Amino acid sequence: MIESIERIVQEHRFFAGMDAGFVALVSGCAKNARFDPGQYLFHEGDSADWFFLLRNGSVAIELRDPARGAVTVQTLHEGELCGLSWLVPPYRWTYDARAIEQVRAIAVDAACLRRKSEADPRLGYDMMKRFMPPLVERLQAARMQMIDIYGAHD
Amino acid sequence: MAPMTDAFSAASVADPMIPRVARVVRRKREIADVVTLEIEGGAFDFAPGQFNMLTAFGVGEAAISVSGDPANRTRLIHTIRAVGAVSRALKELHVGEPIGLRGPFGRGWPMREAEGRDVIVVAGGLGLAPLRPALYRLFAEREKYGRILLLFGARSPADILFRDELEAWRGRLDIEVEATVDHARGEWCGNVGVVTTLLSRAQFDAANALAMLCGPEIMMRFVANALLERGVAQERIYLSMERNMKCAIGWCGHCQFGPVFICRDGPVFPYSQLRGLIGKKEI
Repeated sequence: MIESIERIVQEHRFFAGMDAGFVALVSGCAKNARFDPGQYLFHEGDSADWFFLLRNGSVAIELRDPARGAVTVQTLHEGELCGLSWLVPPYRWTYDARAIEQVRAIAVDAACLRRKSEADPRLGYDMMKRFMPPLVERLQAARMQMIDIYGAHD
Repeated sequence: MAPMTDAFSAASVADPMIPRVARVVRRKREIADVVTLEIEGGAFDFAPGQFNMLTAFGVGEAAISVSGDPANRTRLIHTIRAVGAVSRALKELHVGEPIGLRGPFGRGWPMREAEGRDVIVVAGGLGLAPLRPALYRLFAEREKYGRILLLFGARSPADILFRDELEAWRGRLDIEVEATVDHARGEWCGNVGVVTTLLSRAQFDAANALAMLCGPEIMMRFVANALLERGVAQERIYLSMERNMKCAIGWCGHCQFGPVFICRDGPVFPYSQLRGLIGKKEI
């Protein structure tokens, strides 16, 4: 059975409780996406044209360091959101995202959703409320990683 | 006059401040700056979560949690990270050398209260060592508990403590083990991120769960908050605290934490007892 994008979006935990009309607006910007292990969802510096609702599989968020190569700073899993840069100008990725295993996702066209959000601020506000918690959680996680809590401190 | 050794032994029984002499019988390097010492020198009884004061003779004494199996009464196991002069000297002890020992001290993990409940064990870094005796007990009496989850966070894959044992536990079908690291290179295929991310994906009955937390204080604060948000009662979230312990029996006051002494009243406390204190930098 082929699941409709709208139903998948509606059932994704990130969109839990969303108004049906908004779900239809978001779904109108969405499509299915699949990535093989090792394939990149996007690269640092690229334009943030999409974000992804992960349905299966895991994604590594990587930063490239000339001395150490790719360093993974976070992994994302089923039910999570991959990509926040689409929401904030200049809409460019600041990290790489690589599929660790086969990934199935809903890819949402960022420009399309930004246009709809500008046209209907209620949708924009709803999206903002949904994106702020993961943004803040990731900021908090980055702070804890930055202070190296497990390091040996005299 | 009695020989010196006899007087020393007699005093050990009567005076909790005088260490007895034990001997290192095995030494294992775990990760950088961390060793596990196995000690013999009598019968040892302790509850999971308790600690001993270990002496490196001529250098000093440090409070170190027991990391071995409480069912093993003939050999005492401690896992030590070299962070100061005493712990560095303890880490350098070799097989056959003497080590001073006072203890066990303090209140340990609430094993009895955990019976009949889902048990969430969250360890960060070296915090896995004081939790390992509780894990041994949980596994030995598996039928007494609901789900058992072990969530472990470390700095990097190279800093994962007891790695072989964690792998073996991961292979068991009756417990759930998840590990995460703060950052990793390409060869690591596991989770990357703070330990609270594991908690957000964990399945358990919050209304009937008990949590045991040990690791850096800041980690425990955030994990405790995440558990509260999931609906775990603050009275059933237990933390093992660390402060500057000197006497281990509540006399000297070095480990005073507000109205309690960590050595005597802890090191394990319910979060409900610490909630108003743990975030205050003045304490």
